Amino acid sequence: MTNKILTIKNLTKIYGDNIVFQNIDLSINEGDTVVIIGPSGTGKSTLLRCINLLTKPNGGQIWLDDEEITSKEVNEDNVRQHIGMVFQNFLLFNHLTALENVKLGLIKVKKLDKTAAEAKAFQELERVGLVDRAHHFPGQLSGGQQQRVAIARALAMDPRIMLFDEPTSALDPELIGEVLEVMRKLSLAGMTMLVVTHEMGFAREVADRIVFMEKGSIVEEGSPEDLFNRPKFQRTREFLWKITELYGKKEQEE
Amino acid sequence: MSDWLNLLIRFFDDFLVGAGVTLELTAIGLVMGFLLGLGLALGKVYGNKPLCWFSTAYIELFRGTPLLVQLFLIYYGLPSLGITLSQTLSAYLALGLNSAAYQAEYLRGAILAIGNTQMTAGRAIGLSRWQTILHIILPQALRLAIPSWSNEPILLLKSTAVVFLIAVQDLMAKAKRAATTTYNPIGSYLAVAVVYLVMVFALNALLKWLERKARIPGFEMEGKKGSL
Ligand SMILES: Nc1ncnc2c1ncn2[C@@H]1O[C@H](COP(=O)(O)OP(=O)(O)OP(=O)(O)O)[C@@H](O)[C@H]1O
Ligand SMILES: [Mg+2]
Repeated sequence: MTNKILTIKNLTKIYGDNIVFQNIDLSINEGDTVVIIGPSGTGKSTLLRCINLLTKPNGGQIWLDDEEITSKEVNEDNVRQHIGMVFQNFLLFNHLTALENVKLGLIKVKKLDKTAAEAKAFQELERVGLVDRAHHFPGQLSGGQQQRVAIARALAMDPRIMLFDEPTSALDPELIGEVLEVMRKLSLAGMTMLVVTHEMGFAREVADRIVFMEKGSIVEEGSPEDLFNRPKFQRTREFLWKITELYGKKEQEE
Repeated sequence: MSDWLNLLIRFFDDFLVGAGVTLELTAIGLVMGFLLGLGLALGKVYGNKPLCWFSTAYIELFRGTPLLVQLFLIYYGLPSLGITLSQTLSAYLALGLNSAAYQAEYLRGAILAIGNTQMTAGRAIGLSRWQTILHIILPQALRLAIPSWSNEPILLLKSTAVVFLIAVQDLMAKAKRAATTTYNPIGSYLAVAVVYLVMVFALNALLKWLERKARIPGFEMEGKKGSL
């Protein structure tokens, strides 16, 4: 029996009178990579933000391992350091070098001493192939490099799970590959990952499971094989067809 | 011209002492105003309702009334409430309290410009709200604020001149004394005008140096510096 790292039950999020999603159930096994796909405005980002407690759900529960993190007693800051998050726009700390970006959480949150933090930070930069850029500021790095630093920053906290919210959507096409490569390696190394992306190639190759979300609910989920070749629902088929068309065209234009 | 030079030479030491007092007033007013202004800016952006309300009221009140009125209220007004402050202390207090309101607005603008996304990024690695403000937001906001904030030390230096009205012996007070002793107001006031000008130029150079020193590659400091 595999270990469940993340369990979501009946999760509901409402902004004003806009029900973003309702009664979402989702669980992720240790070491799995789950990819969420779905049209814009479906609530994918909001779901990730709920998991990371960056926004409060209106109903439902979330467990990280055996701990219910939606319970009132939990220390949110403590929970967040165990959940890595990578954003579409990188969100590096702009006044700090790549190394300092990775180091900060180690010192301020994990309370490592300077030498230990530095060693660990270098190790994480090594993992994303950016040791030679350690002393560059975000403004001196390409988008792809910034996103890899952001990944290293999240990894440095030794998270139980990594959340990725369209990590390559803000990148020039020629920079997407290097970020996906880092993610692919991470997945192979056994990191538990929940990834929102439109990169169908990545989803097909790396995902253990694909979840198709539309209009605030999970329409269907399954292995890449099943979803791409034998989708149960017309809506899934249409979305996959549209997205392949869209991204396929873009690639041809390049 | 030689009259004027004679005046300058005769009162040189006096002007120097006055200039020292003026710089002291500027420095203390600036530091006090910065600390209080930072508190007000944080209160207005991140504070709860009462704190936000207080900060707003404070800023509006101190920016909406003349510095001279504030100075007289402190020096002549407070004693009727049983608080008597020396001339110098009253001057420090008036300048500091007044400058805080202006500095708060510069700092608040910069904090808002850094935006919510950096807060999200900080929280996402497990930093608390205050840790994020301290280690992420402020280091960026303060840098961003420098170009527009640089107006404040200059304006403050020039507005210290009002304190001679409660007989603090600043540069302006020395000018007044020179004018009455020599019956040469034009010469006296022109002389201190030159001294003020020299101080402003020096301060400007210092601020430019600070701006260069704080610069981070690829992190643009926006905003244009206004006229003096
Ligand atoms: N802070 C907020 N306040 C109010 N409404 C919000 C907020 N954040 C998101 N929403 C709404 O929630 C819905 C889902 O947004 P969300 O960003 O989660 O979608 P998404 O699936 O990530 O879309 P995309 O592919 O464009 O990133 C949208 O209708 C959006 O307008
Ligand atoms: Mg989104």
